[in-house]
Amino acid sequence: MIELQHITKVFNRRQSNEVTALNDVSLSVQKGEFVVVIGSNGSGKSTLFNVLAGAETATSGKVMIEGKDVTKLHEYKRSQWIARVFQNPLSGTAPELSIIDNFRLAALRTTQKKLMIGVNDAFKKMVRDKIATLGMGLENKIEQQMGSLSGGQRQALTLLMSVMDKTDILLLDEPTAALDPRSANTILQTADTLIKEYKLTAILITHNLKDAYQYGNRLVQMNEGKVLRDLDTSAKAALKQTDLFEWFS
Amino acid sequence: MEFYLTAIMLGLCLSAMSLGIFITMKIFNIPDITTDGSYTLGAVITAVMLTGHWHPAIIIPAVMVAGAIAGAITGLIHTQLKIEALLAGILVMTGLYSINLTILGRSNVPLLNVTTVFQVFHIFSNPVYNDAFVGLIFIIIIAAILAYVLMTDFGIAMRATGNSASMTRALGINNDRMKIIGLAIANALTALSGYLVAQYQNFTDINMGIGIVITGLGSVLIGDALIKWWNIRKVFAQLAIILIGSIIFQLVLAFTLSIGIDPNMLKLVTAVFVLIIVSIPRIKALAQS
Repeated sequence: MIELQHITKVFNRRQSNEVTALNDVSLSVQKGEFVVVIGSNGSGKSTLFNVLAGAETATSGKVMIEGKDVTKLHEYKRSQWIARVFQNPLSGTAPELSIIDNFRLAALRTTQKKLMIGVNDAFKKMVRDKIATLGMGLENKIEQQMGSLSGGQRQALTLLMSVMDKTDILLLDEPTAALDPRSANTILQTADTLIKEYKLTAILITHNLKDAYQYGNRLVQMNEGKVLRDLDTSAKAALKQTDLFEWFS
Repeated sequence: MEFYLTAIMLGLCLSAMSLGIFITMKIFNIPDITTDGSYTLGAVITAVMLTGHWHPAIIIPAVMVAGAIAGAITGLIHTQLKIEALLAGILVMTGLYSINLTILGRSNVPLLNVTTVFQVFHIFSNPVYNDAFVGLIFIIIIAAILAYVLMTDFGIAMRATGNSASMTRALGINNDRMKIIGLAIANALTALSGYLVAQYQNFTDINMGIGIVITGLGSVLIGDALIKWWNIRKVFAQLAIILIGSIIFQLVLAFTLSIGIDPNMLKLVTAVFVLIIVSIPRIKALAQS
């Protein structure tokens, strides 16, 4: 599904503050895998995400999605495969637009936004039913501004928005970093359910080792721009939570 | 009374521009100075085509296309060359001055023995009422079309672009393209105001656009204050309030003139008036602390 081939990303090239964020990283993710990526700050996790999503262009190397070379494709064009949930709940939604308008755009992620009224009664009912599955009581507030909701509520809706249109890959970039522990729990459980229900290929970046232990069927540890450890399903299952903590001590 | 009616009329004619500034200012957060140039451009094309005996209806698309091109150029400079939107607008506005002067041929053209859009329709025998009626219908049609566009899927995408660029990129929207289209629409509307005002005042002057963007900004700010005050969410209603803001702005200017302020001071009064509107939130905050 995803092929990163010999990706190197250098920031501030040929300047005194040159940084090699990714150093010849190769990673291949199969369809249906739920990869959890951990690593200390500056290990290159976020850069890896940005190179994959198209927000950054790799200095060298190749990015392939479903066998297609997307290395030079703009971020907005890669959205035909990729849905993203950002660390900042504000980044994934438009605060001044209503919830229903946000969902309308999410439903059109892979297609043209035409000069036609798309928010009709049928669409509203469909969105209401979907939001009701969250059990947050937001289904009666779809005309409300997105910005009036809490970070946890917004993040939950962003997750739901990511499966409004055909999605192959779900990128979760520390989606719970800005949330309280209880909301964080709800969000990750919702994500886990959606990933299973829609059979998504997912990558989750997290700093929470408990979450890294609990979720996903593959674990990747990054360090200084390289993949340090890569545990497949059975290796991850055999892993003890205390092992994880030792990696970082 | 006639005095205030003229102000209302002018407010109506300028409200197309206010709708344009609503797009650039409130949706994209861009103070678009191109406005000064594209407003005159609309008036200049109107003058040349009217004196060339073109029908006022045919002039409308010509004026809008010209304004749209001006806006698109600002958008291209801003998004492709990564130049500050404010500077991009100033550059295009400056360039447009020469273009406007070349098209017009001289600095002032009277439009006296021509058939204007206000004379094409005869609904009222009293020309003052007739002007007001034609202007009102014209603006309502323009606002209705814009409201429809903003409510479509494309319109939602446009509104989201100015609100959360990271979100729209992730949702397959080309933000640069959206900004260029937005600036094109805004300046097409601004040129329409030039078209209306030239015919209403029966002349086109090369300097008529100087500082007009401030008038538009002031109108949008008044409208925006009302929108927030009444918590208006429907796009349709928001645009209607912007039209009202445009008229209120002209009425305030008319009032200041009526109490005996020197007409030469009009631009200064306009600038101070807009300054007061923009600084109200800050003054309020200072007063509370």
